[in-house]
Amino acid sequence: MRLPKTDKLVLAVMCGVPTVLLLAFVWFPALASVGLSFTSWDGIGGVGTIEWVGTRNYSQIFSIYPPFWPALRHNLYWLAFFILIPTTFGIFLAVVLDRAIRFSRLYQSALYLPVMLSLVLVGFIAQLFYSQDQGFINGLIGQQGTGPDWLGNPDLNLWAMMIAASWRHVGYIMVLYLAGLKSVDESLRDAARVDGANEWQTFRQVIFPVLKPINVVVLVVTVIESLRAFDIVYVVNGGKNGLELLSVLVYDNIVGEASRIGYGSAIGTILLVLALGFIVTYLVQNFRREQRP
Amino acid sequence: MKRSRVGVHCFLAAVTLLWLFPVLYALYTSLRPYSDTAEHGYVSIAHTLTFENYRTAWTQADLPHYYLNSLIVTVPAILLTLTFASGVAFTVSRFSWKFNLPLLMLFTAGNLLPQQVIITPLYRLFLEIPLPEFMSDSESLYDSYWGIIGIHVAFQLGFCVFVLSNYMKTIPMELNEAAMVDGANVWRQFWQIVMPLCRPPLAALATLLFTWIYNDFFWAQVLMQTGDKRPITSALAGLQGQFFTDNNLIAAASLVAALPTLAVYFALQRHFIGGLTLGATKG
Repeated sequence: MRLPKTDKLVLAVMCGVPTVLLLAFVWFPALASVGLSFTSWDGIGGVGTIEWVGTRNYSQIFSIYPPFWPALRHNLYWLAFFILIPTTFGIFLAVVLDRAIRFSRLYQSALYLPVMLSLVLVGFIAQLFYSQDQGFINGLIGQQGTGPDWLGNPDLNLWAMMIAASWRHVGYIMVLYLAGLKSVDESLRDAARVDGANEWQTFRQVIFPVLKPINVVVLVVTVIESLRAFDIVYVVNGGKNGLELLSVLVYDNIVGEASRIGYGSAIGTILLVLALGFIVTYLVQNFRREQRP
Repeated sequence: MKRSRVGVHCFLAAVTLLWLFPVLYALYTSLRPYSDTAEHGYVSIAHTLTFENYRTAWTQADLPHYYLNSLIVTVPAILLTLTFASGVAFTVSRFSWKFNLPLLMLFTAGNLLPQQVIITPLYRLFLEIPLPEFMSDSESLYDSYWGIIGIHVAFQLGFCVFVLSNYMKTIPMELNEAAMVDGANVWRQFWQIVMPLCRPPLAALATLLFTWIYNDFFWAQVLMQTGDKRPITSALAGLQGQFFTDNNLIAAASLVAALPTLAVYFALQRHFIGGLTLGATKG
């Protein structure tokens, strides 16, 4: 198809402007993060004061930066917890709700409500429950003010936060999975039933494998959400005292009094490495089919 | 058969109540004066219910002001994201270039990066890019609405391009070819033929974008220094402790902040869910 010059120009602008914006604000910083992670820079002096330090930031982060290992551990706990509890439960609810039962839409709407709330608000609502002297839980067990300090105790607060975040994650996964289940060919289920499979066998051996694309989406969404977690712990206590996460460390290194661009970038790069495999999996899953006619 | 149905309903009803409980409890707490909860505890029957906490949150913390800030960021960001994304999606779905697939992947992957991967250089970049004073009193993209809108648009483009290009691929090419034979240029094909057919995904995406951008905390927290200019979601964190001293007030302020998204939830839920599932199932 040959196009006139003006048409080509129009297309170039339509496609070019957003691409430039994406490259400038997303991909350039992402690559710069990797580059700056090998440098030392206080971010105050000009670009000329950037000093190349090789892998020093990484070796320091791994050896003498106290919050790093706890933060990484917390992120991995977060991820494992999210996969085991809310993601699994969301899938389970989707399977139950997918069968034509009465009030299905009503149930879905209720389970979906928290997804509309920001994680900041989820953090606020969590405080209504967990606060030591004003919280619902300690009130319920009759120990207002003297009961466990759910948010202050570093052995408890991460779990408390993960449960609060799960409240939101379950609905998200449920919606995604329901959409996938709707696309399953009904005859597959019928065939399984004729073969005498019970519901669990049908799901495990017929439906679940067919839904591989949606399983990948759900997995990637769960991983990315776990790595991004920030708002909810930040509003509770600034991400300290048991609530350290990698995202919080990145934030602390740019906005703190001692702005350490190299350190922040190095932790950002570690996050990137953790996310990269899943992003690639997602792309392969979504775009492999493009190649087919 | 019958008995298992009852079991399923009992289970679902219990889960539903459990899921609604935090919001209902927040509502209940927000309507109780602090003196009431201080005297009888938080788990108790209220002796008085008032809107006093809402009045305090509304006037003392000046929440309408932060609503306005959210509006200033959210509306232009949604319009720009959808316009830009439509342009890219139109190009990659209607014309075959060898860059189509890499471009689509670049956009999609961009949306999946954790924000913290790009924030450090972005923060420095925003400080470096100057703006004239009439655009922002900070005289740079940092601490300006332009910067916040810019990063929202750039970051959300990926998902919207992905969804819209999938949708546009389902529109028959013959429509464009016929228009071309009639002498319609590319712009008219885009604006008068393809775009009107894309109303369903555009409505779904607008709803999604509204919630995502309105709910943003991170970008505004890092890239907006002046507390007074922050949108409501990130402003709340700063107001906590300063104005919101007890849980009753926090509950009231949270519900006020949630109001726009709850309105969307009740009015446009189908669009919202439609948008999420468009991204998940096609491709």
